[in-house]
Amino acid sequence: MSSEEQLSAIKGAKVLMVGAGGIGCELLKTLALSGFQDIHIIDMDTIEVSNLNRQFLFRQSHVGQSKAKVARDAVLRFRPNISITPYHANVKESRFNVDFYKEFDVVLNGLDNLDARRHVNRLCLAVDVPLVESGTTGFLGQVTVHLKGKTECYECQPKPAPKTYPVCTITSTPSKFVHCIVWAKDLLFAKLFGDENLENDLNVRSSDATNLSEHSEDVFECRKGEDIEQYGRRIYDHVFGHNIEVALSNEETWKNRNKPRPIYSKDVFPDKLTKENGKTEKGSATDDVSAMASLGLKNPQDVWSLAENSRVFYESLRLFFLKRQKEIGSLTFDKDDQLAVEFVTAAANIRASSFGIPLHSLFEAKGIAGNIVHAVATTNAIIAGLIVIEAIKVLKKDSNSYRMTYCLEHPSKKLLLMPVEPYEPNKSCYVCSETPLSLEVNTHHSKLRDFVEKIVKAKLGMNFPVIMSGASIIYEIGEDLEEDMVAIYAANLERALSELPSPVISGTVLTIEDLQQEFSCRINIKHREEFDEEREPDGMLLSGWVEAPVDKNNNKSIGNGESTSSALSMEEIQEGEKDVEIQGTSESAENVTGKKRKLSEVSKGTIPDHSGLPDESSRNQNQLEKLDVDDEDDELIISNDWESLTKKKRL
Amino acid sequence: MDGEELTEQETALYDRQIRVWGADAQRRLSKSHILVCGMKGTVAEFCKNIVLAGVGSVTLVDDRIVTDESLSANFLILPHENHYNGKTLAEVCCDSLKEFNHMVHVAVETGDISTFGVEFFEKFDAVIISCCSLGKKKLINQKCRKLSKRVAFYTVECRGSCGEMFVDLLDYKYSKKKLEETIECQIEYPSFEEAISVPWRALPRRVSKLYFAMRVIEQFEDVEGRNPGETTIADLPGVLKLRKELCETNVQY
Repeated sequence: MSSEEQLSAIKGAKVLMVGAGGIGCELLKTLALSGFQDIHIIDMDTIEVSNLNRQFLFRQSHVGQSKAKVARDAVLRFRPNISITPYHANVKESRFNVDFYKEFDVVLNGLDNLDARRHVNRLCLAVDVPLVESGTTGFLGQVTVHLKGKTECYECQPKPAPKTYPVCTITSTPSKFVHCIVWAKDLLFAKLFGDENLENDLNVRSSDATNLSEHSEDVFECRKGEDIEQYGRRIYDHVFGHNIEVALSNEETWKNRNKPRPIYSKDVFPDKLTKENGKTEKGSATDDVSAMASLGLKNPQDVWSLAENSRVFYESLRLFFLKRQKEIGSLTFDKDDQLAVEFVTAAANIRASSFGIPLHSLFEAKGIAGNIVHAVATTNAIIAGLIVIEAIKVLKKDSNSYRMTYCLEHPSKKLLLMPVEPYEPNKSCYVCSETPLSLEVNTHHSKLRDFVEKIVKAKLGMNFPVIMSGASIIYEIGEDLEEDMVAIYAANLERALSELPSPVISGTVLTIEDLQQEFSCRINIKHREEFDEEREPDGMLLSGWVEAPVDKNNNKSIGNGESTSSALSMEEIQEGEKDVEIQGTSESAENVTGKKRKLSEVSKGTIPDHSGLPDESSRNQNQLEKLDVDDEDDELIISNDWESLTKKKRL
Repeated sequence: MDGEELTEQETALYDRQIRVWGADAQRRLSKSHILVCGMKGTVAEFCKNIVLAGVGSVTLVDDRIVTDESLSANFLILPHENHYNGKTLAEVCCDSLKEFNHMVHVAVETGDISTFGVEFFEKFDAVIISCCSLGKKKLINQKCRKLSKRVAFYTVECRGSCGEMFVDLLDYKYSKKKLEETIECQIEYPSFEEAISVPWRALPRRVSKLYFAMRVIEQFEDVEGRNPGETTIADLPGVLKLRKELCETNVQY
C-alpha cells in the first residue's frame, strides 16, 4: 500500500482512546502528529502531582482537573485543526454501549486495571471493532492486537489476578513485609479508623476460629479518663505485645517457624512519651498534618529504627485523634493520605520487627500499601509509538503484519523489542468462543447471592447481568426495573439454588447475559454434595473458565487491594536470567494452550508443532525461541522503496 | 553522589520514577547537564523525556529559523505565527520545554558548536547531535573524547520510518546483577569515526542492513556537500552508484 493510501486511511479514521494517563498522553500526541484527525478519549480521572513526571500534557496548575479535557486542550495547541472529543467519565457507564463503539474504526486502550480492559474487550467483540491493547510498568511494556475471529481476544489468555494472602498468614504467621503491610492497613488501620461495623479479623487466632470474648471489643474503645498517650500505649501493647503472647501460646504454629517476640511500649520507651513527641507543630491546616514533620523525620527513604517507628506510631495515632477526629470511623486507607501512610508504615514495621522481618522505609511501604505502579515517560512513549504502528496496520487491514510487541527491560537476543505474531482465537475462550462453562455447586446449600457475587460478578466480570433459567429470569441488575421484579429478585438472592421459583438443579443450564457488554455465556450446573472447606471455601467450582493461576492457599484470602500493574509481567514474558514465577495451571491447561496456530501459519495451511505443551511458561518459551530477527524487514531497505529513506516525510 | 537529599518537591514529582531507578540515580540526574544539537522529531522527543526526568540543565543548539516544515514532527512548536515568527528552532523549543519541568534549566546556545573549543564541552555530561554533517559529528565526538571527564556522545538520525542512534560512552564501567551476584563490567566504546570505519566484511552477520544504507546516504551527503536529510529521489542514481562502489570496496575479499 502506498504512503498516500496510508495517509488517507489515517485521515479518515475515527479512533477511540480509553485512558488519558501515562500511555494516553503519549498516544494522543503521537496520533495527532501522525495525521489522525478524529479522536475520542475517555478518562474518569483527575490530574495528580505524581502524574507530572510522565503525563507531559499536564501542568502543576492542572492538578485536580479532568485528564481527558486537559489532554485535549494541550494537543490542540500544536494541532489546532483536528477534532478531539474528551469524555470525563467511567468507560463502564451505560452510555458507552454498542452504538457508541460501532462508530469507531479502532479502539486503543491505555488503561490501568483489568476490569475495564475486560469490559472494553467485550464491547469491541460485540461490534467487531479492532482493539489495540497495551500496558506498561517501569521499563516493561507491551502492545497487543485483537480482532474478532482472527486473533485471540484480550481474555483468551488468563491474566494474573491480584495477589491475595491467606488470613492466617496475615493475622498470625507473617513471613514477608507485605504481610505486615496488609495487617497494618486492612486490619489495624481499619479497626482504629474505619467503619467499626465491618468484619475485622484482627483478633482471630489461628488455632481458634472464634473471636476472643467481648473483652477484645473493648480494647479499641477509648476508656473513660484515658488520654491519648495512655490509649496509644494500650493499643500498642495489645497488638504488639498481648496478641503476640497469645499467638505464642499455640505451640503447634511455631514448631517449624521462628517465633515472634512480643514488644511492649515500656521496653521501647521506659519514660513518658511526651518528652519525645509533641514537638511544636506548625499549627497548619489538616493537609499538613504529619507525624514525620512533627518528629523531625525528614527523609522518606530512611529506614527507621524500632524506636522511631514506635514514635511515629504514637504520634500519627495522636494526630488522627487530635486533628482529624471527625473522620475517624469512616476512613479508608489512601496512599495520598500522608498521615495514614505514616501510621501504616510504623505499624507494619513494628510487627515486622516482632517477626524478624526486615524493616522498610516509608517510601517503600507506601509503594506496597498503595499498590503504586512505578513508571517513567520513555516506556510510555515507546509503547504509544507501537500502538500507532499497529493501529495503522489495522486500518490498512494489513493482517499479515499485525504483531504483539513486548518491550523488555533487558535485551533478549540483543533486542529490546520482541515482536511476535498473534495467535488464533482460543476455541475454549468463554468470552469470544461462547463455550459453555460448568459449575459444580451444592444446589441445596449455596444461595443465589453467592453465585451472583462470587461467580457472575467476580469471576465473569459482568456488571449488569441478567440470569436466566430457560425462559425465566431469576435475577438481574439494571436500571428501570419494576418494583415487584426488584422485590422478587431480592427474595431470590436469599434462596438456595434448588429452592428458586425456577429451581436450579443438576443439569440446569443457566444463561447469563450482560446487555451492556453484549456478552452472553451458558453455565451447566452440576450438583455436588461435598466441598473441601480449605481448598474450595466458596463451595463452588467453575470449570471451562480460563483462570489465571493464582496461589491457591488454604482458608479465605486477603488481598492487598487491586493490583494496578499494567504490563503483562513475568507470567507472560519469560526472560532467561530473571527470577520468573512459573505457575503451573491445573485443569485449565488444556483449555489455554491447546493447539493454537499463529495467524501466518493459518494462512499458509501448515500445522506447527505446539502439541503437548504442559503449561503456560513453556508455551512462551516456544514463542521466544521461534522468534527470529525479522529478516524480511531488512530486505525492505534495499528494495526500491527509496522514497521512505530519502524524501522528507510529513508525519 | 554527595549526601544532598532530594527536596520534598522533587520527591513528590519524581515519586513514580524514583521507584524505577532509585533516589541516588535521581540525585545524579539533577546534577547533570545535557547539550542537544538539531531540534527535529526524535530529538524533540528526547528533550521532552530528559526534561521530565529532571536533569540539571538542557542546552539547545539550532539556529535554523522555524518554518512550516518544522511543524511536521515537532510538538514543541506551536503553529501560531506569533509564537515562532522569526525565532530559531532552539528558541521556540526552549520556551516549550521549560513548561514541562520548572526544576530544569533550559537554555539556548548559538553558533556552530563544532568550531567551539574543547572547554565548551566540558560543561556537559552528555552531548546529543542530530541533523549534522558527518564531518561535524566526528569533530564534536573527538572534542568530547579529549576531555578527562567523561562526556557521553550520542548521534541520532531519522529518515522516514528508519532511524539510527550511535552511542559513545568512552571507558564505561558498570555493574550487572546476575541472580544474587553483582558483577563489575567494563566496555571500551569506539569513537564515532572508528565505529563507522569498520570494514563491512568484518561486521557480524546479523547487523541490520539499515546500517549499511545509512552509511551510503551519509557518505553521499558528505561528498555532495548536502545537509543531512536533503537527499531526494532525484539523487537516486548517484546514491545507487555510490552504494555499488562502497559495497565493492568493503566486501572485497
